[in-house]
Amino acid sequence: MAPPTTTQASSDDLATDILAALDKSSQPLLSSDAFPSATFVDLKAALDRLASRDMVKYDTIERQEALLEPEAEQIAAHGSHEARVFEALRKAVEGLSVKELEEAIGDKNVVKIGQGKAFKEKWISKTKDGKFTAAADNITDTTQEQIRIVQQTKTHPDPKILADLKKRKLIRTQNIFSFKIHKGPKFALKIPEEATDLTADMIASGAWKTATFKPYNFKALGATQNGGALHPLNKVRQELRNIFFEMGFEEMPTDKFVESGFWNFDALFVPQQHPARDLQDTFYISDPKAADFPRAESPDDTKDYQAYWDNVKAVHQDGKYGSIGYRYPWSGDESLRLVLRTHTTAISANMLHKLAATKGPDGRPTPARYFSIDRVFRNETVDATHLAEFHQVEGVIADYGLTLGGLMEFMEIFFGKMGLHDLQFKPAYNPYTEPSMEIFAYHKGLDKLVEIGNSGMFRAEMLESMGLPKDMRVFGWGLSLERPTMIKYGISNIRELLGHKVDLEFVQGSAAVLFGDEDK
Amino acid sequence: MPTINVDKYRLFEELGEHFTPDTFQQLCFEFGIELDKDTEEDETRPKDQAPELAIEIPANRYDMLCFEGIAMYLNIFRGKQTTPDFKLLDIPEDKMQKITVSPECEQVRPYVAGAILRNIKFTPERYESFIGLQDKLHQNLARQRTLVSIGTHDLDTVQGPFTYEALAPKDIAFVPLNQTKKMNGEELMQFYEADKHLGRYLHIIRDKPVYPVIFDANKTVCSLPPIINSDHSKITLDTKNVFIEITATDQTKLDIVCNIMVAMFSKYCDEPFTIEPVKIVSEHNGATRVTPSLHTRVMDVEVDYLNQCCGLQESPESLCKLLGKMAYTAVPDKENDKLIKVSVPPTRADVLHACDVMEDVAIAYGYNNLPRTSPNQASTIGKPLLINKVSDIVRNECAMAGWIEVMPLILCSHEENFEWLNRVDDGQTAIKLANPKSVEYQVVRTSLLPGLLKTLRENKSVRLPLKITEVADIALKDETKERKARNERHFAAAFYGKTSGFEVVHGLLDRILSMLRVSFVTHEEDLQSSKSIDYKVTENPSEEKGNGYFIKEIDEPTFFQGRAAAIYVRLGGVTRRIGEFGVLHPTVLDKFDLRYPVSTYVPIPNGWISPGVRMPNNANMGIPE
Repeated sequence: MAPPTTTQASSDDLATDILAALDKSSQPLLSSDAFPSATFVDLKAALDRLASRDMVKYDTIERQEALLEPEAEQIAAHGSHEARVFEALRKAVEGLSVKELEEAIGDKNVVKIGQGKAFKEKWISKTKDGKFTAAADNITDTTQEQIRIVQQTKTHPDPKILADLKKRKLIRTQNIFSFKIHKGPKFALKIPEEATDLTADMIASGAWKTATFKPYNFKALGATQNGGALHPLNKVRQELRNIFFEMGFEEMPTDKFVESGFWNFDALFVPQQHPARDLQDTFYISDPKAADFPRAESPDDTKDYQAYWDNVKAVHQDGKYGSIGYRYPWSGDESLRLVLRTHTTAISANMLHKLAATKGPDGRPTPARYFSIDRVFRNETVDATHLAEFHQVEGVIADYGLTLGGLMEFMEIFFGKMGLHDLQFKPAYNPYTEPSMEIFAYHKGLDKLVEIGNSGMFRAEMLESMGLPKDMRVFGWGLSLERPTMIKYGISNIRELLGHKVDLEFVQGSAAVLFGDEDK
Repeated sequence: MPTINVDKYRLFEELGEHFTPDTFQQLCFEFGIELDKDTEEDETRPKDQAPELAIEIPANRYDMLCFEGIAMYLNIFRGKQTTPDFKLLDIPEDKMQKITVSPECEQVRPYVAGAILRNIKFTPERYESFIGLQDKLHQNLARQRTLVSIGTHDLDTVQGPFTYEALAPKDIAFVPLNQTKKMNGEELMQFYEADKHLGRYLHIIRDKPVYPVIFDANKTVCSLPPIINSDHSKITLDTKNVFIEITATDQTKLDIVCNIMVAMFSKYCDEPFTIEPVKIVSEHNGATRVTPSLHTRVMDVEVDYLNQCCGLQESPESLCKLLGKMAYTAVPDKENDKLIKVSVPPTRADVLHACDVMEDVAIAYGYNNLPRTSPNQASTIGKPLLINKVSDIVRNECAMAGWIEVMPLILCSHEENFEWLNRVDDGQTAIKLANPKSVEYQVVRTSLLPGLLKTLRENKSVRLPLKITEVADIALKDETKERKARNERHFAAAFYGKTSGFEVVHGLLDRILSMLRVSFVTHEEDLQSSKSIDYKVTENPSEEKGNGYFIKEIDEPTFFQGRAAAIYVRLGGVTRRIGEFGVLHPTVLDKFDLRYPVSTYVPIPNGWISPGVRMPNNANMGIPE
């Protein structure tokens, strides 16, 4: 709610004048008569003030006023061009040449237009020696008469003539607003004192009991808050984290932008010639040079990393765990090349490897649910839908006896919490999950199925290399944080959402996230 | 994923069904390929061009990179045909065509395979598909011909036996395909240097001492792998007998390519699906063998594994039937009712493990028909990361204090990270990228400052003052780590307005640290008493053992002289600098194209946010407990 605008002295005076004039008149007042010099804006402001207090009522009257163009002013004063030509010739009995006529009138333009028209009216004629001469005794200058009427009354009784003059560019019209003012039910000569706001002083003194309060303008917006704001991507991230927590997931420590090829690719059974490992797709690191062999990061990690390394090599190069492998010479150097992680699945691999060392009550690795939402890097050519950085949302479920039907049911629940229902699953390929399922949901706005994420069961080659038991199955799924956020906020260019080009006013103005409210 | 363009109505004819756009889309969806485009309604399609379908193929299905493969697998899936029985023509080894490999090939491209398609009938469409498949295989599995390359020849223009040799570039001379001039290896490299298509393959052999070459019995050059074939032996629409030679640096992929090439096009031979083998004589590396292998692998797969993973209870027979739809030949094991014997056709190079078979059971059954079960097995307990909890406290407190959160990029240019901040790269700090496509991505940021300043630069039209914050990771080189780097969680704020806003930033710092239960202490008595919450500390560690923080003026080139301070925190008797804040130096502002002063506050590394909270990796930062 906006406080009333402050009263201006001029508007105050005018309002008082209006009240005084109304008091003296038994008829409603016409503002154009009573206050010819007051501007429309001032009048309207004064009248609105009075009307809001029911002191006056008013109607707005709109009328058209005709005004003379400079040429018409001339005609009103000296006559039309043709009349002036006639008049000059009437005075010269011998007739005049063009040059003489121009000299007599003193305006070439008047002669040029006037002689043509005068001929048409048959007011003048041409002598044998080529001079002009008057052909009538006297004439009526209708144009001048019409223009003079307009000059005096600002209009003409015959609308056809008005239109004709306008067409001849002699006059222009403009809309004039004026007001017809009546007394209102609370008419008085003086405007009562009004308080703009309830103040502490008024409460203390009790003045509020007798004071008249100026009405609020309820149609105006309130004061701008200049509040702080969280970034919309982080707001969506928080909602997703809440979904994970609701479903019993533990957040993974993803504080490793730099990974070795081993963790980012080899551990995930991505072969060393896979296109994802191309310079075109992955950022490699020039400094520092290369990773160390995988090793324990904390004293309580007692896993045998050499065995893990050997297993990974064997399963790629020669096949192991019932897999024939990719059968290519696996390179340890390639595995130790440093990259900017292309996915947080590198962290999942690390976590699952550690999980293999846990022992539940039955002496076997304990079921686990992990998730993360963090930045990943791709050596992409930047465009409206691709940045070299984005956030990956990743979930992992490790348990015994998992089925594909369970994975799909989980996805229904998970994405259902994001407001996405009736999912469809499509077979897909991913080097580290088999089966792999692309997840689709129906998008109302686009009226089609859109891909919302990827999922699958991690391959035995990846899990058994870590030492996880054969019957422990692991679901993994992922989506980008940017895509649902872009859909949520109706953004088509990712650069408007992530990076330094984001508009701070957009950040400030992004609505809160409540998944599922899109449907309502 | 590779995309294959096929003639829409030829495909529908091959499939024996006229699909509507929806029904074909549905078929693709169920099978796991993707209909990318249908040019039927495309107005830009030339009038004389038949409508095409662009179909995306999963990256491991090399056997579907051509019209023939797509049609065959969809027909098998729909029960319209069975998997062909690919056979080698039964001829004694001494009657076979031979390729003899010379030991010098080891230096450049060690492996070769060969095969012959006898009495093949090409049509323009088949011919185009034949060339197209070679191209797709070269691009995908063969990694732009680095691993494998294919040469095809009109067998009737050459004379076996063949040799695969490696010679000095100047000793190889022939007329390359579609050329008229004979050139040697060196001239050829120059000739194709600027060639858009072939130029990109030259690097594979250019600097090798010897180039690989396939000769016929008369020393006629057949091809110079992996660059180009000779014009002499080129195939045409009228070619009857095709000699295929394939060279490689990777033997597994060589065999995959060889099998797929012959399997897909043996269909058009007089005796369909029958391939004439070629004997490879390669004594020096023990690779003497007959190619193509066309080996059908038999896997024993557990019935329970298939059923359990898919959530099914199908009989062995029924599973075998399902697998038939995916081009396998599967039968229940006669001796063990818990197993089925699954024959994997030679074209299905993507099948490595029982899990691949299991996926195919699920696809054949229909992913969306699989019975749904509860996803909950064991119960687990949700748990956030401590560092993220603390970050959220800081983020929320900043927003509550009226600051706007921003999310700039983590990668930046070297200048933005160093020179523009008046900082010197000591070579020990920043992680540098080897292959960025733009100068914007040269290093991983070592502080949050560049991103904040760039955000301000892009928002100069927004009403002042601007107050922005970020809580996020930076990364640093760290030789003690396995990955030679570590992330640190930082917090930074920047104020941009007509006045420096130093005290505003200082106030935010006080606010955040007091919310994290660290009191602010200076030598001013009144401040000490009014702001102290739980902890009190003074600058002199010997006087005071309490936990807390204090600030001390510094002179660093990033900041304006006399307008910067370092922030120190003492925890458990150990004092450590955790960051600094101040008014940025005008030369820094100039570099980032900022007109007004900026006060910033950077960082709080992990582990020092609050005495009550220890970050997981503080042990690695050398912080004593």
